[in-house]
Amino acid sequence: MVIATRTLVAGVDVGSTQTKAVIMNLNRAILGRALVDTGARLNEAARTAFEAALQDAGAAEDEVAYTVGTGYGRFKVEFGNTQVTEISCHARGAVFLFPNTRTVLDVGGQDTKAIRVGPNGEVLDFCMNDKCSAGTGRFLGAASAALEIPLGELGPLALTARNPVTITTTCTVFAESEILGWLARGRKVEDILMGVHAAIAARSLSLLRRVGIEPELTFTGGVSRNVAMVHLIRELSGVPVNVSEESHYCGAIGAALFALDHVLVGERVPVAAGTREGEDAGRGH
Amino acid sequence: MSAPTEEVLGTTRREGKRLMDLWWQEMTEAVQTGRPTAYVFAMGSMAELLRTFDFVLNFPEITSLQIAVRGQSQAYIQTAEDYGFSPDVCGYVKADVGLQLRQGEHPYGKVPRPSLVVTSNVCNTYIKWSEFWEHLYGCPVFVMDLPGWRGRDSADLNGETFRNDARYVLGQLRELIELCERITGRRFDLDRFREHLAEANRMAELYNAVCETNRHIPAPFNAVVEGVTYQGIAHLYRGSPQGSRYFQQVLQEMQERIRLGMAAVPDERFRLVLVGTTCYSHFRRFVELFASWGGVFVHSTYMVFAGGGFLPGFVYDLSRPLESFAERMVAAAYWGYTGSMFYQQDWLDEVVRRWHVDGICFHGVKSCRTVSTGLPDVREWMRVQRNVPGLFIQSDLVDPRLWSDAQVKNRVDAFFEALAAHKATTRR
Repeated sequence: MVIATRTLVAGVDVGSTQTKAVIMNLNRAILGRALVDTGARLNEAARTAFEAALQDAGAAEDEVAYTVGTGYGRFKVEFGNTQVTEISCHARGAVFLFPNTRTVLDVGGQDTKAIRVGPNGEVLDFCMNDKCSAGTGRFLGAASAALEIPLGELGPLALTARNPVTITTTCTVFAESEILGWLARGRKVEDILMGVHAAIAARSLSLLRRVGIEPELTFTGGVSRNVAMVHLIRELSGVPVNVSEESHYCGAIGAALFALDHVLVGERVPVAAGTREGEDAGRGH
Repeated sequence: MSAPTEEVLGTTRREGKRLMDLWWQEMTEAVQTGRPTAYVFAMGSMAELLRTFDFVLNFPEITSLQIAVRGQSQAYIQTAEDYGFSPDVCGYVKADVGLQLRQGEHPYGKVPRPSLVVTSNVCNTYIKWSEFWEHLYGCPVFVMDLPGWRGRDSADLNGETFRNDARYVLGQLRELIELCERITGRRFDLDRFREHLAEANRMAELYNAVCETNRHIPAPFNAVVEGVTYQGIAHLYRGSPQGSRYFQQVLQEMQERIRLGMAAVPDERFRLVLVGTTCYSHFRRFVELFASWGGVFVHSTYMVFAGGGFLPGFVYDLSRPLESFAERMVAAAYWGYTGSMFYQQDWLDEVVRRWHVDGICFHGVKSCRTVSTGLPDVREWMRVQRNVPGLFIQSDLVDPRLWSDAQVKNRVDAFFEALAAHKATTRR
């Protein structure tokens, strides 16, 4: 079988907050990547990210032989060939980035996932936060809004804390009022921020312990770019924590790897089942 | 001579619906006739005894479940919350409170007021729920105090502790009999009670035989779909000839389905056990999420401990009916209701092996801590000690506001992706 050198694959991760796309060649080299805000139109976000990643790779759409969609909006990647959950994709992506990964922590906009993986990136076990978004990226979003500090500045500022407060609420919405309460009591912003980070880290650790923490631990998802979170996860888990410049794209990379499986070795992709999101989400009989 | 195939297949559905309709007819008629009605619970209903006094039996857990399956639970729950019940209270309770506050108007008929409530200590909510009816209607409430068993090893059913516990329950049963006699004006008829026990023996044997048919690959029925009807009929007709006859028909149909190679889920790929209930407000969706991957529930904890408490191997001794009834209650309580939450894995371990199970779904119920406690620990034990993958999802019994479709689907899909890989590496 002859495969053109410019045969490419794509992974598109439509998350609750941001949509990421990755273009990969058959040698598993990442040629292009893109990140856009998801917004209300998931299919448009998927298309925009995909086209931006193509542009970044200097590639044309017809060179892409297979595309896998992942993330909550995976069924809205209408140009995609199939869908795989982000749990499987983050596991696969993390092992690609750090081959000795055996535990993955992915903290995204509304989900926190702890995943135990095998040497080939296969999911051995996973645990996620329940329906509530406490302990996810949204918790930081609430702090950012309440304290009027951009998301990107939260981590560095939190690391300057000397006397962190304890955030006790488990509700993202109520956390805002607790933050305001600490401000009213005259506590420093950095101390409050460190309390917020510690609350998220504690919940993440609880999930990690459920699946068992086995080195190496790789931290992925948007929140892995936050230096204070990385510091706390490392401290609380007691093991070294891998974080890659590409960590934010980990789900999309995993999706691209599943697409690559399809192109190279035939249908090995765990084909998504069931109805598309929103279709026939039946209400009983 | 066995019945022709076309008469056998479909029995479950037709006869189950007929019996369910009949029960609703009986309840609705009782509203008019004033026939004494006992409110009872799935765990420890004492149906055999109450049937002797001709009580209409209302199972509020079943009526609440049915409200949810009909997609109307949110409105009933809202009525209860408007009355003052907290969002954290058991969904079954609130659906029923809504029903009572609507004068018993149910999508399937009308629920009569209670002449008597019979409950037990196996669930704290049962007692509080009963207090609500007591408050609303001034009806008597009988609370059976069932002893617990904390040990890991099976209780010695010939031992002194068991005998003492059975005597303790027997004394309470005599009090209940006196109460029933006062309410109904009937004398307790021991021979009639013995007949109900004999029917319960027949039904228990058949019910367990039906569960056993699902060891077959592919499974002839889905323990979550058809299983709910089986549990319902087992409760409503326990100790009656109709109940035994129904399970005889079901068994015949399952055997025929096996003979014809008929599967509950076409192209069965994964055999699962459900720990907990489904979310009845999203009953069809819940099943579909698993069936779309070729996943069939071959068994469930509810088929056993909430399925009438039919203990495999336990047979009423008809020569000493009351004593034997007390012993069965204690044994069921030891085994299913009051045992330590840390030893739940023993039953699962056996089912996984005998029913050829690939994975376990643990469904945590937001409004019921009783059935949700310990689930993550059991899941971990099965994974670590037995290499059996487990999925943990969370929603509710009947409250649709606690169902988050995208989150549940995401977890179910990821579970099957992992299960496919797991099955490939540990192929039987």
